Amino acid sequence: MNLITISGPPSSGKTSVILKTIAALHQRGLTVGVVKFDCLYTDDDVLYKKAGIPVKKGLSGSLCPDHYFVSNIEEVVQWGRKQELDVLITESAGLCNRCSPYIKDIKSVCVIDNLSGINTPKKIGPMLKSADIVVITKGDIVSQAEREVFASKVHSVNPKAIIMHINGLTGQGAFELSTLLYDEKEDVETVKGKELRFSMPSALCSYCLGERRIGEDYQMGNVRKMKLGEEDD
Amino acid sequence: MISIKDIEKMKINEIKNKYPFSISFFQNNNLHLEGYEEITFEQYFNHFTEEEIEEWAIDVEKLKADFIVYINEMLEFLGISEDDNIDSLTIVAGKNKNGEKENFEKLTIHKSEIVSIVGPTGSGKSRLLADIEWAANKDTPTERIILINGKIPDKKWRFSSSNKLVAQLSQNMNFVMDLTVREFIELHAKSRMVEDEQEIIKRIIDAANHLAGEQFDLDTPITSLSGGQSRALMIADTAILSRSPIVLIDEIENAGIDRKKALKLLVNEEKIVLMATHDPILALMADKRIVIKNGGIDKVIETNSEEKEMLIELEKMDAVISKLRANLRKGEILKK
Repeated sequence: MNLITISGPPSSGKTSVILKTIAALHQRGLTVGVVKFDCLYTDDDVLYKKAGIPVKKGLSGSLCPDHYFVSNIEEVVQWGRKQELDVLITESAGLCNRCSPYIKDIKSVCVIDNLSGINTPKKIGPMLKSADIVVITKGDIVSQAEREVFASKVHSVNPKAIIMHINGLTGQGAFELSTLLYDEKEDVETVKGKELRFSMPSALCSYCLGERRIGEDYQMGNVRKMKLGEEDD
Repeated sequence: MISIKDIEKMKINEIKNKYPFSISFFQNNNLHLEGYEEITFEQYFNHFTEEEIEEWAIDVEKLKADFIVYINEMLEFLGISEDDNIDSLTIVAGKNKNGEKENFEKLTIHKSEIVSIVGPTGSGKSRLLADIEWAANKDTPTERIILINGKIPDKKWRFSSSNKLVAQLSQNMNFVMDLTVREFIELHAKSRMVEDEQEIIKRIIDAANHLAGEQFDLDTPITSLSGGQSRALMIADTAILSRSPIVLIDEIENAGIDRKKALKLLVNEEKIVLMATHDPILALMADKRIVIKNGGIDKVIETNSEEKEMLIELEKMDAVISKLRANLRKGEILKK
Protein backbone atom coordinates (compact mmCIF):
# COMPACT_ATOMS: atom_id res chain seq x y z
CA MET A 1 0.00 0.00 0.00
CA ASN A 2 1.11 3.54 -0.79
CA LEU A 3 0.63 6.09 1.97
CA ILE A 4 0.24 9.78 1.17
CA THR A 5 -0.19 12.62 3.66
CA ILE A 6 -1.95 15.70 2.37
CA SER A 7 -2.31 18.83 4.42
CA GLY A 8 -3.04 22.49 3.96
CA PRO A 9 -4.89 25.37 5.57
CA PRO A 10 -8.68 25.11 5.88
CA SER A 11 -10.60 25.84 2.67
CA SER A 12 -7.51 25.65 0.47
CA GLY A 13 -9.20 23.03 -1.68
CA LYS A 14 -7.65 19.82 -0.34
CA THR A 15 -10.79 17.73 -0.68
CA SER A 16 -11.50 18.86 -4.24
CA VAL A 17 -7.94 18.14 -5.27
CA ILE A 18 -8.04 14.72 -3.61
CA LEU A 19 -11.39 13.79 -5.19
CA LYS A 20 -10.20 14.74 -8.67
CA THR A 21 -6.89 12.96 -8.15
CA ILE A 22 -8.59 9.80 -6.93
CA ALA A 23 -10.78 9.82 -10.05
CA ALA A 24 -7.56 9.66 -12.07
CA LEU A 25 -6.20 6.83 -9.88
CA HIS A 26 -9.48 4.94 -10.28
CA GLN A 27 -9.09 5.10 -14.05
CA ARG A 28 -5.93 3.11 -13.62
CA GLY A 29 -7.84 0.50 -11.62
CA LEU A 30 -6.32 1.39 -8.25
CA THR A 31 -8.29 1.26 -5.02
CA VAL A 32 -7.94 4.35 -2.88
CA GLY A 33 -9.14 5.12 0.64
CA VAL A 34 -9.12 8.34 2.62
CA VAL A 35 -8.84 9.13 6.30
CA LYS A 36 -9.89 12.66 7.07
CA PHE A 37 -8.53 14.39 10.17
CA ASP A 38 -10.20 17.51 11.43
CA CYS A 39 -10.72 19.41 14.64
CA LEU A 40 -14.38 20.10 15.41
CA TYR A 41 -16.36 19.31 12.33
CA THR A 42 -16.15 17.89 8.84
CA ASP A 43 -18.66 16.52 6.40
CA ASP A 44 -16.08 15.76 3.74
CA ASP A 45 -16.56 12.08 4.51
CA VAL A 46 -19.98 12.33 2.86
CA LEU A 47 -18.35 13.62 -0.32
CA TYR A 48 -15.89 10.72 -0.34
CA LYS A 49 -18.62 8.18 0.32
CA LYS A 50 -20.66 9.63 -2.52
CA ALA A 51 -17.71 9.05 -4.81
CA GLY A 52 -17.55 5.43 -3.65
CA ILE A 53 -14.32 5.91 -1.72
CA PRO A 54 -13.79 4.04 1.57
CA VAL A 55 -13.39 6.73 4.21
CA LYS A 56 -12.89 7.17 7.95
CA LYS A 57 -12.88 10.43 9.83
CA GLY A 58 -11.29 11.49 13.08
CA LEU A 59 -12.11 14.62 15.04
CA SER A 60 -9.47 15.72 17.50
CA GLY A 61 -11.87 17.84 19.58
CA SER A 62 -10.01 19.38 22.48
CA LEU A 63 -6.65 17.92 21.46
CA CYS A 64 -4.06 19.43 19.13
CA PRO A 65 -5.06 17.99 15.72
CA ASP A 66 -1.52 17.06 14.81
CA HIS A 67 -0.82 15.30 18.11
CA TYR A 68 -4.05 13.44 17.47
CA PHE A 69 -2.85 12.50 14.00
CA VAL A 70 0.44 11.04 15.19
CA SER A 71 -1.24 9.10 17.96
CA ASN A 72 -3.54 7.44 15.44
CA ILE A 73 -1.58 7.07 12.22
CA GLU A 74 -0.37 3.50 12.83
CA GLU A 75 -3.92 2.24 13.40
CA VAL A 76 -5.03 4.17 10.32
CA VAL A 77 -2.38 2.44 8.25
CA GLN A 78 -3.55 -0.95 9.53
CA TRP A 79 -7.14 -0.03 8.61
CA GLY A 80 -6.00 0.77 5.07
CA ARG A 81 -4.15 -2.53 4.78
CA LYS A 82 -7.21 -4.42 5.97
CA GLN A 83 -9.26 -2.70 3.27
CA GLU A 84 -6.60 -3.91 0.81
CA LEU A 85 -6.10 -0.41 -0.57
CA ASP A 86 -3.48 0.38 -3.17
CA VAL A 87 -3.33 3.96 -1.94
CA LEU A 88 -4.26 5.42 1.42
CA ILE A 89 -4.54 9.19 1.61
CA THR A 90 -4.68 11.04 4.91
CA GLU A 91 -6.03 14.56 4.81
CA SER A 92 -5.51 17.09 7.58
CA ALA A 93 -5.81 20.83 8.05
CA GLY A 94 -2.75 22.57 9.43
CA LEU A 95 -4.75 24.59 11.85
CA CYS A 96 -2.03 26.64 13.46
CA ASN A 97 -0.05 26.92 10.20
CA ARG A 98 3.04 25.51 11.83
CA CYS A 99 2.95 21.75 11.89
CA SER A 100 2.10 19.09 9.54
CA PRO A 101 2.40 15.52 10.50
CA TYR A 102 4.62 14.60 7.59
CA ILE A 103 6.58 11.42 8.09
CA LYS A 104 10.06 10.74 6.78
CA ASP A 105 9.94 8.57 3.61
CA ILE A 106 6.16 8.99 3.27
CA LYS A 107 5.04 11.13 0.36
CA SER A 108 3.71 14.48 1.54
CA VAL A 109 1.65 17.06 -0.27
CA CYS A 110 0.77 20.59 0.87
CA VAL A 111 -2.22 22.32 -0.72
CA ILE A 112 -2.41 26.12 -0.59
CA ASP A 113 -4.42 28.57 -2.61
CA ASN A 114 -3.64 31.69 -4.57
CA LEU A 115 -6.27 33.68 -2.71
CA SER A 116 -4.57 33.29 0.63
CA GLY A 117 -2.31 36.27 0.07
CA ILE A 118 1.17 36.87 -1.17
CA ASN A 119 2.84 36.55 2.21
CA THR A 120 1.22 33.26 3.10
CA PRO A 121 4.19 31.13 2.01
CA LYS A 122 6.23 33.08 4.55
CA LYS A 123 3.72 32.46 7.32
CA ILE A 124 3.40 28.72 6.95
CA GLY A 125 6.01 26.60 8.65
CA PRO A 126 7.14 23.02 8.07
CA MET A 127 3.73 22.14 6.61
CA LEU A 128 4.78 24.01 3.48
CA LYS A 129 8.54 23.98 3.80
CA SER A 130 9.00 20.26 4.20
CA ALA A 131 6.38 18.99 1.72
CA ASP A 132 7.54 16.94 -1.27
CA ILE A 133 4.86 18.37 -3.53
CA VAL A 134 3.14 21.74 -3.21
CA VAL A 135 -0.20 22.05 -4.98
CA ILE A 136 -1.45 25.59 -5.64
CA THR A 137 -5.18 25.95 -6.23
CA LYS A 138 -7.66 28.63 -7.29
CA GLY A 139 -5.36 29.84 -10.05
CA ASP A 140 -8.31 30.45 -12.35
CA ILE A 141 -9.47 33.30 -10.13
CA VAL A 142 -6.29 35.34 -10.14
CA SER A 143 -4.12 36.79 -12.86
CA GLN A 144 -1.23 35.04 -14.56
CA ALA A 145 1.15 37.50 -12.91
CA GLU A 146 -0.18 36.74 -9.44
CA ARG A 147 0.12 33.02 -10.11
CA GLU A 148 3.74 33.48 -11.11
CA VAL A 149 4.58 35.66 -8.12
CA PHE A 150 2.87 33.29 -5.68
CA ALA A 151 4.64 30.25 -7.14
CA SER A 152 7.99 32.02 -6.92
CA LYS A 153 7.39 32.77 -3.22
CA VAL A 154 6.56 29.14 -2.59
CA HIS A 155 9.67 28.15 -4.50
CA SER A 156 11.88 30.32 -2.33
CA VAL A 157 10.71 28.68 0.89
CA ASN A 158 10.74 25.16 -0.50
CA PRO A 159 13.04 24.98 -3.52
CA LYS A 160 13.12 21.19 -3.57
CA ALA A 161 9.39 20.65 -3.83
CA ILE A 162 7.56 19.96 -7.05
CA ILE A 163 5.15 22.86 -7.45
CA MET A 164 1.95 22.18 -9.38
CA HIS A 165 -1.16 24.16 -10.20
CA ILE A 166 -4.45 22.32 -9.96
CA ASN A 167 -7.93 23.57 -10.68
CA GLY A 168 -10.17 21.87 -8.14
CA LEU A 169 -13.30 22.55 -10.18
CA THR A 170 -12.27 21.31 -13.61
CA GLY A 171 -9.61 18.94 -12.33
CA GLN A 172 -6.98 20.39 -14.66
CA GLY A 173 -3.68 19.17 -13.27
CA ALA A 174 -5.13 16.41 -11.07
CA PHE A 175 -4.27 13.64 -13.50
CA GLU A 176 -0.69 14.89 -13.54
CA LEU A 177 -0.56 14.84 -9.74
CA SER A 178 -1.90 11.29 -9.68
CA THR A 179 1.07 10.10 -11.71
CA LEU A 180 3.39 11.38 -8.99
CA LEU A 181 1.54 9.78 -6.11
CA TYR A 182 1.45 6.09 -6.88
CA ASP A 183 4.55 3.97 -6.99
CA GLU A 184 4.05 0.28 -7.74
CA LYS A 185 7.19 -0.69 -5.88
CA GLU A 186 6.25 1.03 -2.68
CA ASP A 187 4.54 -0.96 0.07
CA VAL A 188 4.04 0.57 3.48
CA GLU A 189 3.30 -2.19 5.99
CA THR A 190 3.65 -0.08 9.07
CA VAL A 191 4.80 3.35 10.17
CA LYS A 192 5.83 2.11 13.59
CA GLY A 193 9.33 3.37 14.34
CA LYS A 194 9.27 5.93 11.54
CA GLU A 195 9.97 9.54 12.40
CA LEU A 196 8.16 12.81 11.89
CA ARG A 197 9.90 15.28 9.62
CA PHE A 198 9.58 18.01 12.21
CA SER A 199 8.83 18.21 15.91
CA MET A 200 5.49 19.49 17.19
CA PRO A 201 5.33 22.60 19.38
CA SER A 202 6.08 22.20 23.04
CA ALA A 203 3.08 22.64 25.28
CA LEU A 204 1.82 21.86 28.73
CA CYS A 205 0.93 24.96 30.65
CA SER A 206 -1.98 25.10 33.08
CA TYR A 207 -4.35 26.06 30.25
CA CYS A 208 -3.58 22.82 28.42
CA LEU A 209 -4.96 21.08 31.47
CA GLY A 210 -8.23 22.96 31.47
CA GLU A 211 -7.51 26.04 33.56
CA ARG A 212 -9.84 28.91 32.60
CA ARG A 213 -9.03 31.61 35.12
CA ILE A 214 -6.72 34.45 34.04
CA GLY A 215 -3.77 35.84 35.98
CA GLU A 216 -0.31 34.85 37.13
CA ASP A 217 -1.60 32.92 40.11
CA TYR A 218 -3.15 30.39 37.82
CA GLN A 219 -0.33 30.05 35.32
CA MET A 220 1.94 27.07 35.77
CA GLY A 221 4.31 25.05 33.64
CA ASN A 222 5.51 26.28 30.30
CA VAL A 223 4.61 29.98 30.41
CA ARG A 224 6.28 32.72 28.45
CA LYS A 225 5.62 36.49 28.73
CA MET A 226 5.56 39.08 25.94
CA LYS A 227 8.01 41.94 26.13
CA LEU A 228 5.90 45.04 26.61
CA GLY A 229 8.53 47.63 27.59
CA GLU A 230 8.07 51.39 27.59
CA GLU A 231 10.14 51.85 24.46
CA ASP A 232 9.15 50.25 21.20
CA ASP A 233 11.52 47.34 20.83
CA MET B 1 26.83 23.90 -10.02
CA ILE B 2 27.47 25.53 -6.72
CA SER B 3 27.98 23.28 -3.73
CA ILE B 4 27.88 23.97 -0.04
CA LYS B 5 31.70 23.96 -0.04
CA ASP B 6 31.71 26.97 -2.35
CA ILE B 7 29.73 29.19 -0.04
CA GLU B 8 30.05 28.00 3.52
CA LYS B 9 33.17 30.11 4.02
CA MET B 10 31.73 33.15 2.23
CA LYS B 11 30.50 36.06 4.29
CA ILE B 12 26.79 36.84 4.18
CA ASN B 13 27.62 40.17 2.54
CA GLU B 14 29.65 38.48 -0.17
CA ILE B 15 26.79 36.09 -0.86
CA LYS B 16 24.34 39.00 -1.07
CA ASN B 17 26.59 40.80 -3.54
CA LYS B 18 27.37 37.80 -5.66
CA TYR B 19 23.82 36.43 -5.75
CA PRO B 20 21.48 39.41 -5.23
CA PHE B 21 18.42 37.21 -5.74
CA SER B 22 19.38 35.20 -2.63
CA ILE B 23 17.96 38.05 -0.52
CA SER B 24 14.44 36.89 -1.27
CA PHE B 25 15.32 33.43 0.00
CA PHE B 26 16.34 34.87 3.35
CA GLN B 27 13.36 37.21 3.47
CA ASN B 28 10.77 34.60 2.62
CA ASN B 29 12.19 32.24 5.19
CA ASN B 30 12.11 34.95 7.87
CA LEU B 31 15.86 34.85 8.24
CA HIS B 32 17.08 38.26 9.36
CA LEU B 33 20.50 39.29 8.16
CA GLU B 34 20.93 42.66 9.86
CA GLY B 35 24.06 42.64 11.96
CA TYR B 36 25.25 39.32 10.52
CA GLU B 37 26.71 40.70 7.29
CA GLU B 38 30.29 40.07 8.28
CA ILE B 39 30.01 36.47 9.43
CA THR B 40 30.23 33.46 7.16
CA PHE B 41 27.34 31.43 5.79
CA GLU B 42 28.32 28.56 8.06
CA GLN B 43 28.57 30.76 11.12
CA TYR B 44 25.22 32.33 10.30
CA PHE B 45 23.40 29.03 10.30
CA ASN B 46 25.22 27.92 13.43
CA HIS B 47 24.30 31.02 15.40
CA PHE B 48 20.71 30.01 16.15
CA THR B 49 20.14 28.87 19.72
CA GLU B 50 18.23 25.69 20.53
CA GLU B 51 15.41 27.88 21.72
CA GLU B 52 15.24 29.89 18.51
CA ILE B 53 15.28 26.73 16.44
CA GLU B 54 12.29 25.38 18.28
CA GLU B 55 10.53 28.70 18.57
CA TRP B 56 10.68 29.60 14.88
CA ALA B 57 10.47 26.06 13.53
CA ILE B 58 13.88 26.38 11.90
CA ASP B 59 15.41 23.32 10.28
CA VAL B 60 19.03 24.35 9.77
CA GLU B 61 20.11 21.38 7.67
CA LYS B 62 17.10 21.70 5.41
CA LEU B 63 17.55 25.46 5.03
CA LYS B 64 21.19 25.02 4.04
CA ALA B 65 20.31 22.32 1.52
CA ASP B 66 17.39 24.36 0.19
CA PHE B 67 19.58 27.41 -0.22
CA ILE B 68 21.99 25.52 -2.45
CA VAL B 69 19.14 24.18 -4.57
CA TYR B 70 17.64 27.66 -4.78
CA ILE B 71 20.88 29.33 -5.87
CA ASN B 72 21.54 26.70 -8.52
CA GLU B 73 18.03 26.85 -9.92
CA MET B 74 18.07 30.62 -10.06
CA LEU B 75 21.45 30.63 -11.79
CA GLU B 76 20.12 28.15 -14.29
CA PHE B 77 17.00 30.25 -14.76
CA LEU B 78 19.08 33.36 -15.40
CA GLY B 79 21.22 31.48 -17.87
CA ILE B 80 18.27 30.29 -19.90
CA SER B 81 17.74 32.58 -22.81
CA GLU B 82 18.71 32.31 -26.43
CA ASP B 83 19.63 28.66 -26.50
CA ASP B 84 16.24 27.77 -25.10
CA ASN B 85 14.20 29.49 -27.75
CA ILE B 86 10.94 27.86 -28.60
CA ASP B 87 9.95 28.09 -32.24
CA SER B 88 7.24 25.51 -32.53
CA LEU B 89 4.77 23.37 -30.64
CA THR B 90 3.58 20.10 -32.16
CA ILE B 91 0.60 18.07 -31.04
CA VAL B 92 0.81 14.43 -32.11
CA ALA B 93 -2.56 12.66 -32.27
CA GLY B 94 -3.71 10.49 -29.40
CA LYS B 95 -7.19 9.15 -28.87
CA ASN B 96 -10.62 10.45 -27.86
CA LYS B 97 -12.85 9.36 -24.98
CA ASN B 98 -14.02 6.30 -26.93
CA GLY B 99 -10.47 5.19 -27.50
CA GLU B 100 -10.59 6.03 -31.21
CA LYS B 101 -7.60 7.68 -32.83
CA GLU B 102 -7.95 11.43 -33.28
CA ASN B 103 -8.81 12.72 -36.75
CA PHE B 104 -5.42 14.21 -37.58
CA GLU B 105 -1.83 13.11 -37.60
CA LYS B 106 0.03 16.00 -36.14
CA LEU B 107 -0.37 19.73 -35.86
CA THR B 108 2.55 22.12 -35.65
CA ILE B 109 2.05 25.66 -34.44
CA HIS B 110 4.84 28.19 -34.90
CA LYS B 111 5.89 31.23 -32.97
CA SER B 112 3.64 34.24 -33.64
CA GLU B 113 0.88 31.98 -34.91
CA ILE B 114 -2.65 31.95 -33.48
CA VAL B 115 -4.76 28.82 -33.28
CA SER B 116 -8.28 28.84 -31.92
CA ILE B 117 -9.98 25.96 -30.17
CA VAL B 118 -13.71 25.36 -30.54
CA GLY B 119 -16.03 22.71 -29.14
CA PRO B 120 -18.84 22.41 -26.60
CA THR B 121 -18.20 22.65 -22.87
CA GLY B 122 -16.91 19.35 -21.54
CA SER B 123 -15.67 18.28 -24.96
CA GLY B 124 -12.07 18.07 -23.85
CA LYS B 125 -10.60 21.55 -24.20
CA SER B 126 -9.21 21.54 -20.68
CA ARG B 127 -7.61 18.17 -21.31
CA LEU B 128 -5.89 19.49 -24.43
CA LEU B 129 -4.62 22.52 -22.55
CA ALA B 130 -3.46 20.31 -19.68
CA ASP B 131 -1.66 18.01 -22.13
CA ILE B 132 0.26 20.98 -23.50
CA GLU B 133 1.05 22.35 -20.05
CA TRP B 134 2.33 18.98 -18.89
CA ALA B 135 4.25 18.39 -22.13
CA ALA B 136 2.41 15.07 -22.38
CA ASN B 137 4.35 12.12 -23.68
CA LYS B 138 1.76 9.37 -24.08
CA ASP B 139 1.35 9.50 -20.33
CA THR B 140 -2.02 11.26 -20.05
CA PRO B 141 -5.49 9.79 -20.72
CA THR B 142 -5.45 11.03 -24.33
CA GLU B 143 -2.01 9.52 -25.02
CA ARG B 144 -1.07 12.60 -27.00
CA ILE B 145 2.53 13.59 -27.49
CA ILE B 146 3.64 17.20 -27.27
CA LEU B 147 6.81 18.14 -29.10
CA ILE B 148 8.75 21.36 -28.71
CA ASN B 149 10.87 22.37 -31.69
CA GLY B 150 10.02 18.95 -33.09
CA LYS B 151 11.54 17.09 -30.17
CA ILE B 152 10.35 15.52 -26.92
CA PRO B 153 10.87 18.38 -24.47
CA ASP B 154 13.00 18.34 -21.38
CA LYS B 155 11.10 17.30 -18.25
CA LYS B 156 12.10 20.59 -16.59
CA TRP B 157 9.06 22.22 -18.20
CA ARG B 158 6.83 20.08 -16.01
CA PHE B 159 8.22 20.86 -12.63
CA SER B 160 10.08 24.13 -12.69
CA SER B 161 8.03 26.86 -11.06
CA SER B 162 9.93 29.68 -12.69
CA ASN B 163 10.04 28.14 -16.10
CA LYS B 164 6.60 27.14 -17.23
CA LEU B 165 5.81 26.23 -20.79
CA VAL B 166 2.40 27.82 -20.65
CA ALA B 167 0.93 31.06 -19.35
CA GLN B 168 -2.82 31.06 -18.99
CA LEU B 169 -5.08 34.05 -19.41
CA SER B 170 -8.27 32.88 -17.84
CA GLN B 171 -11.76 34.23 -18.14
CA ASN B 172 -11.91 35.47 -14.59
CA MET B 173 -9.33 38.13 -14.35
CA ASN B 174 -9.49 39.52 -10.86
CA PHE B 175 -6.70 40.93 -8.83
CA VAL B 176 -6.56 39.92 -5.19
CA MET B 177 -3.52 41.94 -4.18
CA ASP B 178 -3.87 45.38 -2.70
CA LEU B 179 -1.27 47.23 -4.77
CA THR B 180 -0.91 50.01 -7.28
CA VAL B 181 -0.29 49.16 -10.92
CA ARG B 182 3.37 50.12 -10.49
CA GLU B 183 3.86 47.99 -7.36
CA PHE B 184 2.10 45.10 -9.05
CA ILE B 185 4.32 45.12 -12.12
CA GLU B 186 7.41 45.65 -9.95
CA LEU B 187 6.55 42.61 -7.86
CA HIS B 188 6.10 40.50 -10.95
CA ALA B 189 9.30 41.86 -12.52
CA LYS B 190 11.23 40.98 -9.34
CA SER B 191 9.97 37.42 -9.40
CA ARG B 192 11.17 37.19 -13.01
CA MET B 193 14.46 38.83 -12.03
CA VAL B 194 14.47 41.32 -14.88
CA GLU B 195 17.21 43.92 -14.81
CA ASP B 196 15.65 46.96 -16.44
CA GLU B 197 12.58 47.10 -14.20
CA GLN B 198 11.67 50.73 -14.94
CA GLU B 199 11.75 50.24 -18.66
CA ILE B 200 9.62 47.08 -18.45
CA ILE B 201 7.09 48.90 -16.28
CA LYS B 202 6.81 51.65 -18.86
CA ARG B 203 6.42 49.20 -21.73
CA ILE B 204 3.67 47.32 -19.92
CA ILE B 205 1.64 50.37 -18.95
CA ASP B 206 1.94 51.78 -22.48
CA ALA B 207 0.86 48.49 -24.03
CA ALA B 208 -2.01 48.12 -21.56
CA ASN B 209 -3.30 51.63 -22.28
CA HIS B 210 -3.05 50.91 -25.97
CA LEU B 211 -5.50 48.02 -25.45
CA ALA B 212 -7.83 49.55 -22.89
CA GLY B 213 -10.72 51.81 -23.76
CA GLU B 214 -10.15 54.10 -20.79
CA GLN B 215 -6.68 55.18 -19.78
CA PHE B 216 -5.15 54.53 -16.38
CA ASP B 217 -1.81 55.30 -14.76
CA LEU B 218 0.81 53.65 -12.60
CA ASP B 219 -0.58 54.99 -9.35
CA THR B 220 -4.03 53.47 -9.84
CA PRO B 221 -4.73 50.68 -7.35
CA ILE B 222 -5.18 47.46 -9.34
CA THR B 223 -8.37 46.64 -7.46
CA SER B 224 -10.04 49.79 -8.79
CA LEU B 225 -9.31 49.03 -12.44
CA SER B 226 -12.37 48.34 -14.58
CA GLY B 227 -12.89 44.93 -16.16
CA GLY B 228 -11.45 46.10 -19.46
CA GLN B 229 -8.47 47.80 -17.84
CA SER B 230 -7.67 44.70 -15.76
CA ARG B 231 -7.76 42.54 -18.84
CA ALA B 232 -5.59 44.97 -20.74
CA LEU B 233 -3.03 45.08 -17.94
CA MET B 234 -2.96 41.33 -17.61
CA ILE B 235 -2.54 40.71 -21.31
CA ALA B 236 0.22 43.32 -21.54
CA ASP B 237 1.93 41.89 -18.46
CA THR B 238 1.73 38.33 -19.76
CA ALA B 239 2.95 39.31 -23.22
CA ILE B 240 5.93 41.28 -21.98
CA LEU B 241 6.92 39.84 -18.63
CA SER B 242 5.95 36.19 -18.67
CA ARG B 243 8.72 33.82 -19.69
CA SER B 244 6.28 31.21 -20.91
CA PRO B 245 6.48 30.82 -24.68
CA ILE B 246 2.93 29.54 -25.08
CA VAL B 247 -0.10 31.59 -24.07
CA LEU B 248 -3.48 29.95 -23.59
CA ILE B 249 -6.43 32.30 -23.71
CA ASP B 250 -9.79 31.30 -22.38
CA GLU B 251 -12.51 33.44 -23.99
CA ILE B 252 -11.51 37.09 -23.88
CA GLU B 253 -14.92 38.60 -24.46
CA ASN B 254 -15.49 42.12 -25.62
CA ALA B 255 -15.17 43.91 -22.29
CA GLY B 256 -13.61 47.18 -23.20
CA ILE B 257 -10.42 46.02 -24.84
CA ASP B 258 -9.32 45.92 -28.40
CA ARG B 259 -9.05 42.19 -28.97
CA LYS B 260 -7.32 42.50 -32.28
CA LYS B 261 -4.59 44.65 -30.75
CA ALA B 262 -4.35 42.24 -27.81
CA LEU B 263 -3.65 39.30 -30.08
CA LYS B 264 -1.22 41.39 -32.08
CA LEU B 265 0.69 42.29 -28.94
CA LEU B 266 1.07 38.64 -27.95
CA VAL B 267 2.11 37.69 -31.45
CA ASN B 268 4.62 40.54 -31.61
CA GLU B 269 6.20 39.26 -28.42
CA GLU B 270 6.74 35.99 -30.29
CA LYS B 271 4.30 33.91 -28.33
CA ILE B 272 2.50 30.85 -29.58
CA VAL B 273 -1.14 31.71 -28.98
CA LEU B 274 -3.88 29.15 -28.36
CA MET B 275 -7.31 30.58 -27.80
CA ALA B 276 -10.50 28.85 -26.73
CA THR B 277 -13.37 30.87 -28.14
CA HIS B 278 -16.77 30.72 -29.76
CA ASP B 279 -16.67 34.31 -30.89
CA PRO B 280 -16.62 34.23 -34.71
CA ILE B 281 -14.36 37.28 -34.94
CA LEU B 282 -11.69 35.80 -32.68
CA ALA B 283 -12.01 32.33 -34.17
CA LEU B 284 -11.51 33.65 -37.69
CA MET B 285 -8.60 35.87 -36.66
CA ALA B 286 -6.70 32.65 -36.03
CA ASP B 287 -4.86 30.96 -38.86
CA LYS B 288 -6.28 27.58 -37.94
CA ARG B 289 -8.84 26.21 -35.60
CA ILE B 290 -9.00 22.97 -33.71
CA VAL B 291 -12.43 21.37 -33.40
CA ILE B 292 -12.78 19.22 -30.30
CA LYS B 293 -15.40 16.54 -29.96
CA ASN B 294 -15.77 13.74 -27.47
CA GLY B 295 -12.42 14.34 -25.81
CA GLY B 296 -10.44 14.29 -29.04
CA ILE B 297 -9.39 16.58 -31.86
CA ASP B 298 -11.98 15.97 -34.54
CA LYS B 299 -10.80 18.40 -37.19
CA VAL B 300 -8.16 20.99 -37.86
CA ILE B 301 -9.62 23.67 -40.12
CA GLU B 302 -7.54 26.22 -41.92
CA THR B 303 -9.22 29.63 -42.10
CA ASN B 304 -10.01 29.92 -45.84
CA SER B 305 -10.35 33.00 -48.02
CA GLU B 306 -14.14 33.06 -47.78
CA GLU B 307 -13.90 33.07 -44.01
CA LYS B 308 -11.28 35.81 -44.12
CA GLU B 309 -13.70 37.88 -46.22
CA MET B 310 -16.41 37.21 -43.66
CA LEU B 311 -14.06 38.40 -40.98
CA ILE B 312 -13.89 41.81 -42.67
CA GLU B 313 -17.71 42.00 -42.64
CA LEU B 314 -17.88 40.87 -39.05
CA GLU B 315 -15.35 43.47 -38.01
CA LYS B 316 -17.44 46.18 -39.65
CA MET B 317 -20.49 44.98 -37.72
CA ASP B 318 -18.43 44.87 -34.58
CA ALA B 319 -17.22 48.43 -35.14
CA VAL B 320 -20.85 49.59 -35.48
CA ILE B 321 -21.80 47.93 -32.22
CA SER B 322 -18.72 49.27 -30.45
CA LYS B 323 -19.55 52.78 -31.58
CA LEU B 324 -23.14 52.47 -30.35
CA ARG B 325 -21.83 51.19 -27.07
CA ALA B 326 -19.47 54.15 -26.72
CA ASN B 327 -22.31 56.54 -27.51
CA LEU B 328 -24.55 54.91 -24.93
CA ARG B 329 -21.80 55.35 -22.39
CA LYS B 330 -21.59 59.05 -23.19
CA GLY B 331 -25.35 59.38 -22.66
CA GLU B 332 -26.22 60.10 -26.28
CA ILE B 333 -29.44 59.25 -28.12
CA LEU B 334 -28.76 56.47 -30.66
CA LYS B 335 -29.56 57.24 -34.31
CA LYS B 336 -30.06 54.89 -37.26
